[in-house]
Amino acid sequence: MDLADGGNKIDMKRKWNWPIWVGFIITVGGLFSYEFFAQFPFTRDFPWANLLLFAVGGIFLVLGLFRAFGKPQLYRGKIFGPILAILGIVVFSFFSYLIFYQLRQVPPSTGAPRVGENAPELTLPDQNEKPVALADLVSGSKAVLLIFYRGFW
Amino acid sequence: MAISVDPPEINRRQRQKLGFTYTFLSDPKAEVIRRYDLLHAGAGPKGADIARPAEFLIDSTGTIRWVNLTENIAVRARPEQVLKAFDEMGERAAR
Repeated sequence: MDLADGGNKIDMKRKWNWPIWVGFIITVGGLFSYEFFAQFPFTRDFPWANLLLFAVGGIFLVLGLFRAFGKPQLYRGKIFGPILAILGIVVFSFFSYLIFYQLRQVPPSTGAPRVGENAPELTLPDQNEKPVALADLVSGSKAVLLIFYRGFW
Repeated sequence: MAISVDPPEINRRQRQKLGFTYTFLSDPKAEVIRRYDLLHAGAGPKGADIARPAEFLIDSTGTIRWVNLTENIAVRARPEQVLKAFDEMGERAAR
């Protein structure tokens, strides 16, 4: 390809704009790594590890976009750069929606027993189908920790 | 002890798999869950009714001494929090 300005007759092939691809992959990694980081309370209570990945991915994407538009004769990416950047924003928005909105959609449970009240009686089958009454466990222990969880394990 | 809508067979398997030694109770119709007002209607797979996460520390007289109702499903009580609540329970009883 001959450059029309006549100044440089060397055939320059535009370089691969790797920051855009690396940035996009890291951004997607920020979403898919949630299940991994969710194993540790330190990174689950507030997903800072995922947010860090999104930030790093974002920086690379911006760097790539600067290259694509700032030096289009050196770097490719004027079309797929914005596309991947927008996809990255979509991925981040989806993550934010799930983590900062969906997970907080918990019912108010205003009628739940409070400190100082008597724990409502219950008798339910244990893992061997044997009925267990709360009263029996309570009378035989210093304290009982009752953990209600979502289930579907 | 842990309560959810999961049936005893699932609890047996998971308990073994994860190595827990405490009791797992099944509340498949969410009756106890409702009694404790912890129902999260339709929040399970295929719209199943499940419990929202909650922890209660109950003393030997059956009185509730500590409750943890998180605002965020992903955040649970850490063991240190529960142990601290248990210690404080003992202190108040001693006075």
